[in-house]
Amino acid sequence: MANTQTLRMVVNGEQVELEITPSDTLAMVLRERLGLTGTKIGCEEGECGACTVLVDGLPVNSCLYPAVKAQDRSIRTVEGLSKNGELHPLQRSFVEHGAVQCGYCTPGILLSAVALLEQNPHPTDDEIRRALSGNLCRCTGYLKIIEAIQAVAASQ
Amino acid sequence: MAYDDYVTPSSVEEAVAALASLRGAGRIISGGTDLILQLQHREREASCLIDVTTIRGLSEIKRDGSFVIVGAAATFAQLERHPIIRGQAPVLAQAASWVGSPQIRNVGTLAGNVVNAQPAADGSIALLALDAEAEIANLTGRQWVPLSSLFVSPGVSRVDATMEMITAFRFRPQASLEGSAFERFARRKALALPLINVGVRVQLDADRSRARAVRIAIGPVAPVPFRACEAEKALLDRELDEAAVREAAAAAALESKPRSSLLRAGKEYRVELVRVLTQRALSRAIQSARG
Repeated sequence: MANTQTLRMVVNGEQVELEITPSDTLAMVLRERLGLTGTKIGCEEGECGACTVLVDGLPVNSCLYPAVKAQDRSIRTVEGLSKNGELHPLQRSFVEHGAVQCGYCTPGILLSAVALLEQNPHPTDDEIRRALSGNLCRCTGYLKIIEAIQAVAASQ
Repeated sequence: MAYDDYVTPSSVEEAVAALASLRGAGRIISGGTDLILQLQHREREASCLIDVTTIRGLSEIKRDGSFVIVGAAATFAQLERHPIIRGQAPVLAQAASWVGSPQIRNVGTLAGNVVNAQPAADGSIALLALDAEAEIANLTGRQWVPLSSLFVSPGVSRVDATMEMITAFRFRPQASLEGSAFERFARRKALALPLINVGVRVQLDADRSRARAVRIAIGPVAPVPFRACEAEKALLDRELDEAAVREAAAAAALESKPRSSLLRAGKEYRVELVRVLTQRALSRAIQSARG
């Protein structure tokens, strides 16, 4: 029987503490222990970016990220983007621009975009493409996504 | 996944002692972006992972006397943005910017890249061009060794991550009359293995016309990160004009031995890539050295 360890981290602004097995990934803990299924499991190899969450503000692939590494860190998932029932400006813009089709990549892309706009409030299209280069979308062709992000950048 | 335990030592000494007490069953983990997959696929085994990324100072990038020091746990995201690396080792900043994706660069580390020992590792190619050294810590102490001595075969490093760890890299900062550059070609511009990557560092003589020193590193064209010594020789003691650069690039293509690979491309195509990318990297490095 594997050991357990106590993991303390802040998830979407709330302190959580739970017992995990050392080999749990952050994606698994978020989805299966905390019920935050907005974080998607895609390739499980760090290629698709569907599992992207922010760790201390930086996008990481949570499927490759040992949950133990999240100790004392702050995690943001797609569930943490809306405030008081209001969609995050990026979420609203994605809806308005038709930047969501099947939606499976959307949580990861939103988080990559949140991190980008926090570091670079007025990115060029190329900077957006580079920021999203670890997020695959097989539906939209990305153009609507870039437009949606540019619309938010223009409004802030 | 295989491992039962995961520890986060607070010092290098503690990490090395933990490895020793585990007698080969422990393994250093840094960012884990390669290792976690290798453990999941049972390509590597460990019962306990020893995470060194929270050791104080291990991800620091700094100038120290005549060297730039890069802590083993510095991430590619740090490297691509850090003013010291951008200004004094552009080949490494450029290589770092190509690794994986933003998500991988935020977590993956330079030491992990080197110990993983892939002949195509962008970090290793840049460090080889820089003539870097690595500091290895084990029970007997710490020792600086040339980066070029660390590679045995694809995936096999001289650094035994079950018994020892890299703590830092060091190299001479780029001074005036020096330039460096990194070139890479892949099927797409992110999250793709390089078909060929090339790192070069050039030092010119005082009148800016001849090379005093040249280092050319190329991957993956051999079982380990490859240094194109014939191409380097072709540039010494002569005017550094376009013809010299063309001849050096041709020499690099001649001495490189890429294989045909379903993942990458046919060897004829890849040899041509060596020639083209070496020429581009040399031209950029020489241009930047001329200032």
